[in-house]
Amino acid sequence: MLDKISSLWPEICLFSVTCVVMLVGLSSSLRVRKLCSPLAALGLLTAGFLVVTTEASGTSLLPNMPSYGKLLTCGVGLLLLLLLSGLPDRRYEAMVATGRTRFSALRTVRAEYYAFFLFSLTGLMLCAGATNLIWLFLALELTSLPTYVMVALSSQRERSLEAGVKYFFLGAMGAAVFLFGFALIYGGTGTVDIDQIAYAIRGQAQDGGINTITLAGMLLALLGLCFKIAAVPMHFYTPDVYQGAASPVTAMLAFVPKAAGFFAITLLLAALGWGDLTGHGALPSPIGEVLTVIAVLTMTIGNVLAVLQTSVKRVLAYSSIAHSGYMLVALVAGPGGSGNDSITNGVAAVMLYLLAYGVANVAAFSVLSTLERAAPDGTTDESDDFADIRGLRKRAPGLAWVMVLAALGLMGFPPLLGFFAKLPLFASGLAGGHVLLVVILALNSAIAAFYYLRLVSVTLLESPDGAGRAESFAMTPFANRTLAGYIAATVIVGAPLVPLIDEAYDATRVAQWGGVYNAAGAAPSPRPRPTPGVGEQTVEEPEAEVVPSVR
Amino acid sequence: MLLVLILIPLLAALCVPVLPKKHVYGAAMLGTLGALALGVFMFAFNGIDWLAITGDAYTDRVSWMPRIGLQLSVGVDQVSGALVLLSLLLGPITVACSKTAITERVRTYYGWLLVLQSAMIGVFVARDVVMFYIAFEFTLIPMFVLISIFGGSNRKAAAIKFFLYTFTGSVIALAGLLYVAWYYATKISPPSVGGAGTWTFDLETLKSAARQMPAEQQWWVFLALMLGFAVKVPLFPLHTWLPLAHTEAPTAGSVVLAGVLLKLGTYAIYAIAVPMSPGAAVAFAPVVAVLAIIGFVLIGLVCWVQTDVKKLVAYSSVAHLGVCVLGLFALNPTGLKGGLLYMINHGLSTGALFLLIGMIYERFHTRNMNELGGLARRMPVWASFMVFFAMASVGLPGLNGFVSEFMCLLGAWQAGGTAWAGLPGGTPGVLGPAYVLIAAVGMVVGAMYTLMMVGKVVFGPLKTPEDEHGHGGGHGGGPGGGHDDPHGHSKLPRDLSAREIGTLLPLAALCLLLGLYPKPLLQAFDHSAQKTHQLVVEAMKQRAAAAGATAAAGTAGTAAGKLEGSGTAGGGADQ
Repeated sequence: MLDKISSLWPEICLFSVTCVVMLVGLSSSLRVRKLCSPLAALGLLTAGFLVVTTEASGTSLLPNMPSYGKLLTCGVGLLLLLLLSGLPDRRYEAMVATGRTRFSALRTVRAEYYAFFLFSLTGLMLCAGATNLIWLFLALELTSLPTYVMVALSSQRERSLEAGVKYFFLGAMGAAVFLFGFALIYGGTGTVDIDQIAYAIRGQAQDGGINTITLAGMLLALLGLCFKIAAVPMHFYTPDVYQGAASPVTAMLAFVPKAAGFFAITLLLAALGWGDLTGHGALPSPIGEVLTVIAVLTMTIGNVLAVLQTSVKRVLAYSSIAHSGYMLVALVAGPGGSGNDSITNGVAAVMLYLLAYGVANVAAFSVLSTLERAAPDGTTDESDDFADIRGLRKRAPGLAWVMVLAALGLMGFPPLLGFFAKLPLFASGLAGGHVLLVVILALNSAIAAFYYLRLVSVTLLESPDGAGRAESFAMTPFANRTLAGYIAATVIVGAPLVPLIDEAYDATRVAQWGGVYNAAGAAPSPRPRPTPGVGEQTVEEPEAEVVPSVR
Repeated sequence: MLLVLILIPLLAALCVPVLPKKHVYGAAMLGTLGALALGVFMFAFNGIDWLAITGDAYTDRVSWMPRIGLQLSVGVDQVSGALVLLSLLLGPITVACSKTAITERVRTYYGWLLVLQSAMIGVFVARDVVMFYIAFEFTLIPMFVLISIFGGSNRKAAAIKFFLYTFTGSVIALAGLLYVAWYYATKISPPSVGGAGTWTFDLETLKSAARQMPAEQQWWVFLALMLGFAVKVPLFPLHTWLPLAHTEAPTAGSVVLAGVLLKLGTYAIYAIAVPMSPGAAVAFAPVVAVLAIIGFVLIGLVCWVQTDVKKLVAYSSVAHLGVCVLGLFALNPTGLKGGLLYMINHGLSTGALFLLIGMIYERFHTRNMNELGGLARRMPVWASFMVFFAMASVGLPGLNGFVSEFMCLLGAWQAGGTAWAGLPGGTPGVLGPAYVLIAAVGMVVGAMYTLMMVGKVVFGPLKTPEDEHGHGGGHGGGPGGGHDDPHGHSKLPRDLSAREIGTLLPLAALCLLLGLYPKPLLQAFDHSAQKTHQLVVEAMKQRAAAAGATAAAGTAGTAAGKLEGSGTAGGGADQ
């Protein structure tokens, strides 16, 4: 127990900060209230520091994933925080400042906002470090539940409420599906511990085939998680919810639940195993086939529909669906052998891609959230249409270039980070023998180039149209801050800082890939710091049979 | 040293955004001239005997992302060296030709022009496929910006079409290259600690790895690569982006596009696609050759009906590169050398034609042949250059176009099957006289449309859009450079200025030199071409061995048939 807690210092730190932020945000003094975002930033930085300094422990399947996942969370979390920090209570604070209303702790949402944001990130960190299914489920819910509220709170408009409700009900359904899947996995393997599940599945595979209940459970769990990553067939909510929420929240939706979903899927697939004992081979039937179909449909549908959109947010929503499809290709391909730290490691490719996608996507949304236009009812509204960013270069060159870099990064254009992240996706797919899948991926990249290029040309090349919408734009007060952050982020994370990418790769290396698998036959391979609990259990029951027992 | 060569224009490009506007042109000039000077020094005066060396010179490797096997690996052989020199030469010329044409947003313009310069050099010197791909792709962005901001009225559509066509093709080519890399890592390289092989993107290694693939896989790799590179060339059915892009691009953009960017495609075919899968190249040579000939003849006819001079020259690029590809796919030394020389020649002459058209457009703001005519009376200097480069482009003996076009066709003629191997000059190959005879029609068509254009624009009664404003009068001509036309709205003299002549003269000199004495360049290409040819011959031997006796008999029969056919065809050609 204690060793588990000791691996959770970053989460504990973030959680404590969250509690403080929740209280601080209610203060009647503006100066104190304004401490919310610096405190949150401090919390994320400290958590990041703790990740680096303390030893994270996850499953023995993917011992390096927790620390990478937590670092990723802190990094992208900071970017998201920059973006969010102007949003909550902006109008309300303006009213308070002008004396039109008195401050009331009951009406402010600032505290809730930052708290929910940090809760969600805590959940994401916990996902990355999950070692058993119950933990995983709770972490996933901790990631998602705050986002439902954030969507609904994000703007005063009805469509935000609508989006929040839609997101909540579909999310609840998704959660129900994967929870049912988890239950079936427990039924099929007799354990909720992911290492043990891997072990049991290995045993079943050697005894003439994986249990049908286990497979059905896996299938349901993966389908349910498709909601989190916005993959077909659970993708329907994406465009509406992304459009309904305020841009900063959308940026968060596009990254946080998706990353959580991918951590969870990676863990489940790792437990299921890619073929033979070394992790080299194909996913067992029918999971492999189903995931392949999902990947193809997800990227194709996402890209084709993105081409047809007129709203930038919907384009980005569909493109985020497509990106899930790309990443699934690498997951179908798998890590390609134990200790594989070359470019063909699909799991590492997904981890790297999450970073590239996260940064570029947040950058794209940052541009949208720093622009606003006059709404028909006299107030201002956030920008959304292509018309809104048309000729942005003339009005705000910095923002325009951020958009261009973000679009090219999402496109996977060399030498931006997106390219170096997409390269391993291609390579791992090929190495897994999925040539057709890679060709589809390549064709989809080409389709995607069409609408990303549209973003580029609209912002960079066209002149603002005189239809009246363009004039009404103004940069929101917090534009400069986010702008600086994003220019730095998108440029820096490109090719020049390649050592950084290398580090990321190193962190995600599935070094002890064979750990549990080998335990079936031989001694477990050494781990950086074997945690007594998980490690010993694996060794203790080398011939464990499938006995449903509550541990 | 090559890395320095790439860095010089890039550094200049980085300086441009912070310089005051009036110094931007100077900085761009300095950057391109500096690169040219270094290039000339490296290639001509640094004591490297280009006729003797067999491998790459100036090789340099910088480890970049060792984890996934990426490195900055550069080197030049004779072929890429010549192409690097060509792009370096066009650098200052493109800068100079934009001096008066581009007056707004000069920082953006020259900055991207310099970046483009770096990217192009990068493609030619890359010896690592990922670096190659990065440079290959990165040429798109500057060109996209140049066309879409500084282009003509339809510039947006042109830029987007250009980008999407090329990007789509090259993504598929990337998949092909990665497949080869994966093949090397799993099947050939010694397994490393983790069980998986070493992963490398080294071009030379991958070339030899690809050749060890089973034939069928080689075919797929070849198809994937060709799809990517043929778009860039552009080969016949994939060419539709080119006329639009050319027509809309600013003059410098067109010059670079015709001069160097199209060569990226042919260079990649020569340096990557063919050496990786010579067997597949042999198998597909007839198909590619047919496409190339269709391009040559059909697009030639399309040229004939154009009224826009620039569009005409743009289409003629498609036609000319058809000959170039035909020569390359003859796969024998003559054809390969012809194709390589054609790349250089086409860059010089078509680049110059685009310059000339740009000069006209700057003066009259039209490129419509119906509105222009008899310019020889108004601008004799311009007219002489125009006639000169048109002749070079058509292939008048004594000028450069003739040598390479003749060699391409000769190579294709000689590559007439195994039966021809015994004849003097005959080499094993899969094309033959039949191909050349049809292609010869294209030559006639080429002469027709080029001469028609020259006739309309240069000769005949003087006709300019300004006539109604009282600017007519075909006498006097231009006094040469320097003097401003007192009646003109622009600062440009009536005939060419010294700066404009300065951009044209080096190209003209080289056209003449390569027409009269192409021997050094051909000798320099010889080694590389022989090497490629050897690969092809080996592949054909393997194929023949695999095909067995019955198939061999069949081939002999076909070859004999071809021999017969070519006899009559030869007679036809003599008439």
